[in-house]
Amino acid sequence: MSTDVLLAVSPEAAWNWIVEPFQLGFMIRALWVSAFVGTVCAVLSCYITLKGWSLMGDAVSHAVVPGVVVAYALGLPFALGAFVFGFGATVMIGYVKAQTRLKEDAVIGVIFTGFFAFGLVLATKIPSNIDLFHILFGNVLGISQQDIIQTVIAGASTLAIILFRRKDLLLFCFDPNHAKAIGLNTQLMYYTLLSVLALTIVTALQTAGIVLVVAMLVTPGATAYLLSDRFDRMLMISVSVSVLSCLLGTYTSYHLDASTGGCIVVLMTLFFTAAMLFGPKYGIVSQKLR
Amino acid sequence: MVFTTASSNLPADAAETYGIAVDNISVTYSNARLALYNASCYVEPGTITGLVGPNGGGKSTLFKSIMGFLSPNQGRVSIDGVPIEKAQKQQLMAYVPQADEVDWHFPISVFDVVMMGRYGYMNMFRIPSRKDRRIVMESLERVGMSEFRHRQIGELSGGQKKRAFLARALAQEGKVILLDEPFTGVDVKTEKSIITLLMQLRDEGHTILVSTHDLSSISTFCDRVILLNQTILAAGTTAETFTEENLAMTFGGLPLSSLTSKSNSSPDLQIANQPGHAFIQPEKSQLQQSQLQKSQPEKTDVKGIDA
Repeated sequence: MSTDVLLAVSPEAAWNWIVEPFQLGFMIRALWVSAFVGTVCAVLSCYITLKGWSLMGDAVSHAVVPGVVVAYALGLPFALGAFVFGFGATVMIGYVKAQTRLKEDAVIGVIFTGFFAFGLVLATKIPSNIDLFHILFGNVLGISQQDIIQTVIAGASTLAIILFRRKDLLLFCFDPNHAKAIGLNTQLMYYTLLSVLALTIVTALQTAGIVLVVAMLVTPGATAYLLSDRFDRMLMISVSVSVLSCLLGTYTSYHLDASTGGCIVVLMTLFFTAAMLFGPKYGIVSQKLR
Repeated sequence: MVFTTASSNLPADAAETYGIAVDNISVTYSNARLALYNASCYVEPGTITGLVGPNGGGKSTLFKSIMGFLSPNQGRVSIDGVPIEKAQKQQLMAYVPQADEVDWHFPISVFDVVMMGRYGYMNMFRIPSRKDRRIVMESLERVGMSEFRHRQIGELSGGQKKRAFLARALAQEGKVILLDEPFTGVDVKTEKSIITLLMQLRDEGHTILVSTHDLSSISTFCDRVILLNQTILAAGTTAETFTEENLAMTFGGLPLSSLTSKSNSSPDLQIANQPGHAFIQPEKSQLQQSQLQKSQPEKTDVKGIDA
């Protein structure tokens, strides 16, 4: 008799269990925001992996912290402060690299940790209601209406700029010398790509947090790069992997009661591992079997 | 922007030709290495000019200065009076890079690479017109790469890679074409076909500058040569300039920087400051003499055996 009850109840219970998150307003919001953020990051990550700017992404994400704190303290939109400090850090990196004999990785290492440390000091000294934990690890489940607006504006601007300049940016990644030879302004493209990078990080701040943002900026592009020899296809794979990870990750985090950013990035890393091992052309296992 | 002087169908005499004027260029890299010193030369319009010198002698640096990829510490480059930036906007300058300057794993097809040669003619969205597609196909056809146009660029042989980038230069319809070490990693057959193509392009009025450290083929296709080892040592027609004596000076001589760096304010540096004649210094010509003498006896030996 007990098995009868179990059989009669469990399909319904299971169904309820599955759809439960979709009946909650904050979950619906978290799902579509993370999917949107995933799309923006995935598009840019194709350019970042091809250009070899992954470390720069890490740098910008850490450098935004003081900007976020200052913006909150002054009552400005967090996205504005984050963008100013993120972009400022990249300009400073370029300047220090040009003026000293240091190699780029050393310059990046010094400057982003400096910005980050300054941000920590500010966050612990300036009285405000910001939660340092949310800046570091994201908080998409508790995202406010205002933050969503800022996220969407930053993300939409990023997509618009990339869509508008996508061919030139690709040429810039592939062969900056040729870009120069046909009379394009490569300096402008350099700063365009940097500002788009900073904008994307601002977009992803609420979802992944600054520590994991770099994964969203690198992993989808890196996964797609292992699976494709054409840029258009790489872009599609990157976006698919990223959106799928964001949706599944956000959903899973509800049931596991675990960090949302963490779940998303773990899933992305699993996709990457699968591509690395079993990719039809460049997969490690596939190549061994051939 | 679309209407330019470039048109491949013009007869040779009607086509405009352009020379490259390099005026007293010096380049020092940030690690304080002197790469080029008071280099002056003129690349005659409508010729194939070979740029010859040892590795590390500044060939690539001179190329990058001519193309505007780096700005020299001193001096100027112009295309018959037109500043380099303006010449680039007019699509006058095409560049075929060295093989190791290209990321061969980049997810891009041969066709798309050649299409990049047309970007300067397109509107800002870079949407190819029917004409752009036609010119890309013609360029691919001309270098014999049509059948490989859908390949990812890493899936090509050494010679095919060169031809793909040559096709991009053709698609760009630049009147001045610079090729950096075009014969490295290329088989003899491809080298011959590239040379034939370069000669055709010259006859159509293109100005072609080829850098190479491979001396064997120079006299077969270069009208003029420029000898370079940190400064211009000699320049002129191949017959007059491509001599054993000049080559011994170019490849045997000590690099200029090792001579000048110790005596930065010595009077002989002022002689070296004369554009293009950095080597007529008393001390150095003695050095050259001793270098030459090393090879001289061998030659007389051979003659002795013959007699």
